[in-house]
Amino acid sequence: MTTSDTQPTSDTQSSPDRQASLDQAPTSDNQSIPSASRREKSLLTTVLSLVVVLAISTLVGITLGPAPVPLPDTVRYLAAAITGGTIDAADASGYSIIWQVRTPRVLLAAVVGAGLSVVGVAIQATVRNALADPFILGVSSGASVGASAVVSFGLFAGLGVYALSTAALLGALGASALVYLAARGKSGLTPLRLVLTGVALAYGFQSLMSAIVFFAPFSDSARTVLFWLMGSLGSATWSGLPLAAATVVLATGLLLWNSRSLDVLALGDETAAGLGMDATAVRKRLFLLTAIVTGCLVAVSGAVGFVGLVIPHLVRLLVGANHRRVLTIAPLIGAIFLVWVDLASRTLFAPRELPLGVITALIGVPVFIILLRRRGYLFGGR
Amino acid sequence: MSITLDDLSVHLAGAELVRDLNIETAEGEVLGLVGPNGSGKSTALRCVYRALRPSRGAVLLDGADISTLATRESARHIAAVPQESSNDLDFTVAEIVELGRFPHHRGNQPLTIEERAVCEEAMHRADVVHLADRGVLSLSGGERQRVLLARAFAQQPRVLVLDEPTNHLDIHHQIQLLRQLRTDSTTGLIAMHDLNLAAATCDRLAVLANGMVLHIGTPTEVLTPELINEAFGVAPSIVRHPRTGIPQLHYDI
Repeated sequence: MTTSDTQPTSDTQSSPDRQASLDQAPTSDNQSIPSASRREKSLLTTVLSLVVVLAISTLVGITLGPAPVPLPDTVRYLAAAITGGTIDAADASGYSIIWQVRTPRVLLAAVVGAGLSVVGVAIQATVRNALADPFILGVSSGASVGASAVVSFGLFAGLGVYALSTAALLGALGASALVYLAARGKSGLTPLRLVLTGVALAYGFQSLMSAIVFFAPFSDSARTVLFWLMGSLGSATWSGLPLAAATVVLATGLLLWNSRSLDVLALGDETAAGLGMDATAVRKRLFLLTAIVTGCLVAVSGAVGFVGLVIPHLVRLLVGANHRRVLTIAPLIGAIFLVWVDLASRTLFAPRELPLGVITALIGVPVFIILLRRRGYLFGGR
Repeated sequence: MSITLDDLSVHLAGAELVRDLNIETAEGEVLGLVGPNGSGKSTALRCVYRALRPSRGAVLLDGADISTLATRESARHIAAVPQESSNDLDFTVAEIVELGRFPHHRGNQPLTIEERAVCEEAMHRADVVHLADRGVLSLSGGERQRVLLARAFAQQPRVLVLDEPTNHLDIHHQIQLLRQLRTDSTTGLIAMHDLNLAAATCDRLAVLANGMVLHIGTPTEVLTPELINEAFGVAPSIVRHPRTGIPQLHYDI
């Protein structure tokens, strides 16, 4: 099709300036290209500044804590650990606090924050629902069934410290599989069915968990399960980090590579079909991806609420709805957010720790509502 | 490219929505589907843009069954503006139009300079250039409809499937759109309610009732008082347009 095809053959209805604007079409093409590259440049600037903020946040998170370690010492320990240098025997306990306890914990906070944000974006696109978060499909309640079985009855005792993570992961994946099977219908996997099935089964899993805790032989099981459910990074170790990090990086890469499919999915199944995309097939793959990533994250950190719901909205407020931009920014902001939340959780009432979920909600809810009211943010119409 | 509905039937939830539809379009022809509510217009169109799989029969693109093509492949030739389209995310108009390039890509490679020009031209054709940086959720119904048309144009289709494309459009934009369809070399398959605009736009009209083709022919052949009465149960007076000679319907209430 050429431009000349598009021009009306009779001019009776076209005003002269409309005609003129059609004639100018080829020249104005050049103007849009710099505007697109300017947008790219500003995205790059945002990414770079967020990376710097994340690096600083990580360093602050590692330096601060109940046991005070001065910043120069922290830097020296980190440098020694990374470059394989040596430190004095007198510094051994400080070194161990910094490198064995705080560093993996802060890094895990960043990984979990990034992962939950990315998965939040994916799940909101999958079920086309602004209220969706990574736990809406029964993942967290499924994981809590597994976790409570471990805490109450010593399930998987043979796995030692990994018993809780393993049971939580299995519970999460099992719950996702059940939700998937129950939601699947003749007309494919529709968003509303997924959400309704997920919410309904979540109630079922919660009551199962309550029953397990109720019949538990140890009286403090309920407390342990509750604390675990609200999210904690207290059990972070170097050995648990690589799997979670790899899962999150891989998932973010996959989603970024398919970001245009997420855009198309948001336009509805009819439009997706017209653009050559099988929405149900994409939704199935997204569901599988979210279930696996969320399961892994829940296994290492419990169910940290709110991050996966709010960070996606926050990022859309900043960079618009385009999923490539959202998925580029969301993991960075999520990581920064959770590093600070974790810092607050272990320092505010030290030596006691607050569950992460308490702080994410305390900080996140007011900030989110202020943002939502201040800007003309539209999700689901006016 | 030509589109053929070959003995097309669709059963859905126990109902037969369309039955043995046989409609052939010639290359570059604009064919209108008219008929009362529930007559199967949208169902037939949904099979063409592959939102629905026919229960029997097939949709042929230049003689080849489209179900043998990858969905992405057929979307490179057939673009659609469905009737119901919902979107909760506040994409900009330019972003929505760029999604028209989706079937031409794998992954998220950036658009080429040529493709950006295609999108720009599509926005000109649908008269939405001035809205390019606006969020779609803040647009009026008519503006949004034009954005969807621009997205379909950006797909560079050989066949354009439009379900009630003039819904929400003011008369200026209705006529601008329909005139474009007439002058384009693209084959058009359009469901319309306004019989007068359909008569002025389409080379041929297919009248559907109860999921079957009642009659198919040029507007002059199809738009007779008897046939309109049979399909819609109303008795219009039919006059000739003073300049074009195309039949136009007048109703008395």
